[in-house]
Order: sequence, then C-alpha cells, then structure tokens
Amino acid sequence: MHSHAFDRYHHKHSFVHNLDPRVKVATTVAFILSNALLPDGAWVAFLAAYVFMLAANACSGLGLGFTFRRSFIALPFALAAVTVLFSIAGAPVASFQLLRWNIVITDAGLARFMSIVVRSWLSVQMAILLVATTEFSKIVHALRQLRVPAILTVIISFLYRYLFVLADEAMRLMRARASRSAIASNGKGGGSALWRARVAGNMAGQLFLRSYERSDRVYNAMLSRGYTGELRIMQARQFCANDWLMICVLLLCLAFTQIVGRML
Amino acid sequence: MHYLPVPLHIPDGFLSLTVLLICWAITIVMLAAAISRTNKSLGEKQVPLMGIMAAFIFAAQMLNFPVAGGTSGHLLGGALAAIVLGPWAAMLAMTAVIAVQGLLFQDGGLLVMGANILNMGLITVVIGYGLYRGAINRSRKTRLAVAGVAAWLSVMAGALLTSLQLWLSGTARLQVVVPAMLGVHALIGIGEALITVGALAFILQTRPDLLGENSSSAQSGRGWVFAGAIISLAVVLLSPLASAFPDGLERVAENHGFLQLAQTSPYEIIPGYAVPFLGDTPLSTIVAGLVGVLIVLALSVLAGRSLQKKS
Repeated sequence: MHSHAFDRYHHKHSFVHNLDPRVKVATTVAFILSNALLPDGAWVAFLAAYVFMLAANACSGLGLGFTFRRSFIALPFALAAVTVLFSIAGAPVASFQLLRWNIVITDAGLARFMSIVVRSWLSVQMAILLVATTEFSKIVHALRQLRVPAILTVIISFLYRYLFVLADEAMRLMRARASRSAIASNGKGGGSALWRARVAGNMAGQLFLRSYERSDRVYNAMLSRGYTGELRIMQARQFCANDWLMICVLLLCLAFTQIVGRML
Repeated sequence: MHYLPVPLHIPDGFLSLTVLLICWAITIVMLAAAISRTNKSLGEKQVPLMGIMAAFIFAAQMLNFPVAGGTSGHLLGGALAAIVLGPWAAMLAMTAVIAVQGLLFQDGGLLVMGANILNMGLITVVIGYGLYRGAINRSRKTRLAVAGVAAWLSVMAGALLTSLQLWLSGTARLQVVVPAMLGVHALIGIGEALITVGALAFILQTRPDLLGENSSSAQSGRGWVFAGAIISLAVVLLSPLASAFPDGLERVAENHGFLQLAQTSPYEIIPGYAVPFLGDTPLSTIVAGLVGVLIVLALSVLAGRSLQKKS
C-alpha cells in the first residue's frame, strides 16, 4: 500500500499552507470552540462562521468546495440527535403517526436539531482543512510545542509512521484468508459465524505477534543510529510577526462571530 | 482501503461545553497518571514498542469477519490492548489511536476528543484489565472466558458513557439513546469479545511468555481488580436502570441537580413530557432482556466449543 492511502495532505504553496502549524491548530480548535459556544438558532452567526470557513478554503488554494466534498462524514451521527426534534416543548410544526405514538415536531426542537447538525458540519470542515494544508508530522510537532506531553506525541508519531506498514500486514492477512476460504456466490462465507470470528481472532493475535517482533527490530535499528530516547526534528519553525498578526486577526473574526451570535 | 468507523466516535457539536470540559478533566487526570507511571517504570525501549502497539490496535480495527446480511464484526481493541500491554501503556496507546483517528480521518471531533478518549480508551482499559487481572492466575479456559466478558462489558461501558454524555448535553432523549446504543453495542460487543478471545488464545498458544508471570500485563497491582470490578458493577447496575427504567435515572439526576449542570442555553432539554414519545418504553425492557439472552447464548456456545475441541 502506498503511504498516501492514509495521507490527507495536499501539497501546495498557499497562504494557509505557509502559516505556522501552531496558528492553524489553535485556530481550528478556537473555531470549533466558537461554534460550540454559539447559542441554538443563531443563524446569522452560523452564516458568519461559514463565511469564515469559506474564506479559509479560498486562501488554501484547494478551491471553495474542497472541504464540502468530505464534510458529510459526521452526518450519520446526527441520528443520535433526532430525538430532540420532539422532546423539547414549543410550538408544533409538524406531526405524524408512528405505530401507536403521535409524534409532534416542535419549532424549538427543530432549531436545536439544526443547530447541532450545523455546528458539527462546520467543525468537521475546518478539521478537514487543517489536515489538508498541514503535514501530519508538523501537526504533531505543533502539538508538542503547545505542551502536549512528549510521550504522547512520540507515540502518535510512531503510530503514524507504522500505520501503513501494519495496515499492509493486516491486508495481507485478510488476503490470505480470502484466498483460503472461498466466498459463495450468495455472499456467505465459509463455516459458521463463530468459526469466522475465531479466525479473525487468530489473525489479530498473529498481527500482534508480528507487530511485537517488528518493534524489537525497529528499536535495535534505532539504537544503531544513535537513538537516546528522544526524537529530533529539523528546522523548527520560528513564530514570526506575521504569525502573531494572523492569529490576532483570526481570533478577532471569531470574537465577531460570537458578538453577532449574542446580539442578533 | 477499508476503514471502519466504530459508532462511538462523537463528532464535534454534539456535546455541550460543560460535559465536554468535565470529560476533558477526567481524561487529563487519568492520562497524567498514565504518563507519570509509564515514565517511571518503562525504559526508552518501551516508547517505540508502545507506538508500534498503537499502530497494531489501529490495524487490528481493520480486521473483520462477515456475520450476516452484509454486517461484519470488528474490534475496538481497548480490552485487548489492556491485557497484552498492561493498563497504563494501553491507555496511552488507545489515546494515540483516537487522536490520529480524530486528527487525520475526522472520525471523532477535536474538541470532544476528551470524551472520546474517556469512552473508548480509558474506561475500556480499566474494565478490560481489571476483570482480566482478577483471573490471571486461573486456568487458561477461565482466563479466556473472563477476557471475553471483559471485552463485551468494555464496549457496553463505552456505549453507556457515550449515551449519558449525549443525554446530559441535551442532544438526545435518555429513553431512546440508552436502549438504542446499548442494543446495538450488545451485538458489536459480541464481535469484540470473540476476536479478543481468539487473539488471546492464539498468543497463549504461541508466545505464552508474553502473557506470563513476568509480562507487563501481570505487573500492575491488584488495585486494578477493584477498579475494574466497581466500574463493571456500575455499568451492570446502571444499564438496566437507564434503559428499563429511564425515568428513574432522570429523576435521580434531577434530584441531584446534575441535569441542570449541562443546561447552558434556554433551548436545552426541559424534562417536561411535552410528547409521550417512548414514555414507558416497553421497547427498552425488551432490548435489555434480549441482550441478556444473547450474552448467555454466546457464552454457552463458546464454552461448548472449547470443551468440544479438548475432548
């Protein structure tokens, strides 16, 4: 498997790409926080947040609709929020009969549901833009600089580094299984579900042992190259005046959104 | 490239700020303990090991087996990680997995990551390890059976915690979300239990030293047994209370005022029964009963099979 099967970074030279990763991480989190702080039904403020997001998209050189295409990933989860449609007191908007229950959708319920969905939809798009414009190793390094404990960022770096390798290993295991237990034309696999579960379990055990042995080899290889328990990164980026300016502008935009949300 | 999202990853926007912050606080405290314990007890060697083990959990989540009707069973991995890595290392590995899933794949939000780590990476480990640790000196069969139950219960605990967070955030109705989540995850949990047991059986057969007396999984103290047992007990007691008698839990919450805690905006749930939707839910009782039957069925079939293989 090629490593970019997992890589979400789109190489470009744009304004957003060139920002300090710390600015991007902080702005993304601040944007999501700002959405969470907006009261339900603050449609004008949600629109302002959407415009902010579109502007960020435009400055990234990836095209206005870039994040839109993958933005529905979190939508299935909206199912979990469906019940607020009928459980909040308010003026009825629509009603229908489901089995023996009479279900009434209220305006307050509808506003709450739509607000939840919009918040989630906006937030996920900003997160998509963050990984599309920042190499993952730089995001992890930015997290380290933002005081996330070293042991966590190192584990995350290793995870990212060996994700491809072990995913490949898992794919090989599954290919081997597929070639040995034929699938009938009606889509049923061989054996009982319990038997298949045990095979999958054995595969997980096998994968564990292979990973364990690989980690041994990796560690020895690292030692031979002078590993002392600390990872180094080249060219740590300095925070320049431009970055400070940008973070101020971005936070002001979000503050404006908040004010709009409270006033209108 | 198959990447299967587990329906426990909460996206941003679904939890209220108060719930979010409480979850982050619990997560940070537990992670701080995990980090200080790992820093103290493990050498530099463990860091690459833990990173690759985190990648293993990630890859193991891709392994699946077809069940029926196009659905498939797969792994969340918290209990398995806890048993093979020991609790503290497993917490860090699971945290890394959830962080990468949220950051790279948007599977689970960034601001709600504290809650996601708590639901999938911490409580699963405490239950998985605590129960297994209690049986570590028993026979192979007992260990496997306990590991299976622990894996199933860890998924249920994650699902219960997720639904409670959604409810406290005013995002979902308790009467609906708890039975629905527990019902779905009772089935997902069976897949989890079967894969966990299969993996452990395989490791015990080929590399018993990795799970033996001197392994990292046997090092941690007996305190885990109590923690695991208490949380398991809480899940077992709270689940029927929340799904069969949802009004009971809502009343308890109201009496203690923590329902109001989460209500930051005027639109949040007012627990007045404007609409009697699934009011006294016979559905939830049925689901709870069904779950019980399914566990007993799965366990007895599993026990029967392993006995059959021996003879």
